Amino acid sequence: MTFRKYLVLAGVALFGSVGDSLLSRGMKQIGNVSVTHLQTLLLAVRNPWIVGGIVLLLAFFAAYMIALSWADLTYVLPATSIGYVLLALIAKFVLHEQVTPARWLGIVLITAGVGFIAGGPALTPTPPPQSEADRDLEVANAGGHS
Amino acid sequence: MRHAYTWAAIAAVVTASVTGDVLLSRAMKQVGDVGELWRHKGVFAVVGSILRHPLFVLGIVAMAVAFFSLLFGLSWGDVSLVAPASASLTFVGNAIAAKLFLHERVDRRRCIAAALVACGVALLAL
Repeated sequence: MTFRKYLVLAGVALFGSVGDSLLSRGMKQIGNVSVTHLQTLLLAVRNPWIVGGIVLLLAFFAAYMIALSWADLTYVLPATSIGYVLLALIAKFVLHEQVTPARWLGIVLITAGVGFIAGGPALTPTPPPQSEADRDLEVANAGGHS
Repeated sequence: MRHAYTWAAIAAVVTASVTGDVLLSRAMKQVGDVGELWRHKGVFAVVGSILRHPLFVLGIVAMAVAFFSLLFGLSWGDVSLVAPASASLTFVGNAIAAKLFLHERVDRRRCIAAALVACGVALLAL
């Protein structure tokens, strides 16, 4: 893992969490969407908070795709969940929201999970593809043993 | 009814997200290391090969379903329930799906990490 790859993982965490919070704020302004008025969802894309959220989520998506090209899904998802911790810290220190003891415990568990996964290998090693000659040799050997 | 809509949206988000994640992960593994390809073939060739990959397109469709389900859920339930509940269930679902469909080595370390993160995200809702 290089420094640049850790930067990509940090981008996934940051863009995803901030993008989600912008979308949440926008949807609260739009109001409830009912099954019979699904066109309200189309109107939602004119809301500036939703637009900002979508832009950040596109950046999140690009970083996520880059990370998935060189790391396992079960590595990328826990490793980037540090975004939830960032979001709670922003809520506490920027938005001055109340962060309950249960939330602090949640933050500790997520941080522990991230630390746990970050120390392991990023990619499941896969055997190199066999050539036809190798396969023929294996078949011949298996036949010889029987 | 509000409660039923919220949990139906959460279930839709989790199912579509897990499907999308598995498809996108498979597609990106087949495309190869984006950084390496970028250096050797240039950015347009990389973006083109990603956008033309059929599994990538299917993954995008699944993610779009998850996105609109999330918007639907956020409009009915509190963000402090919808976002963490769907995210924590998606972590567990992804660990199972990655083992079954992507044949990733989900060892004890990864199981514990997924469980810790899923519990932590659920606690954020309290």
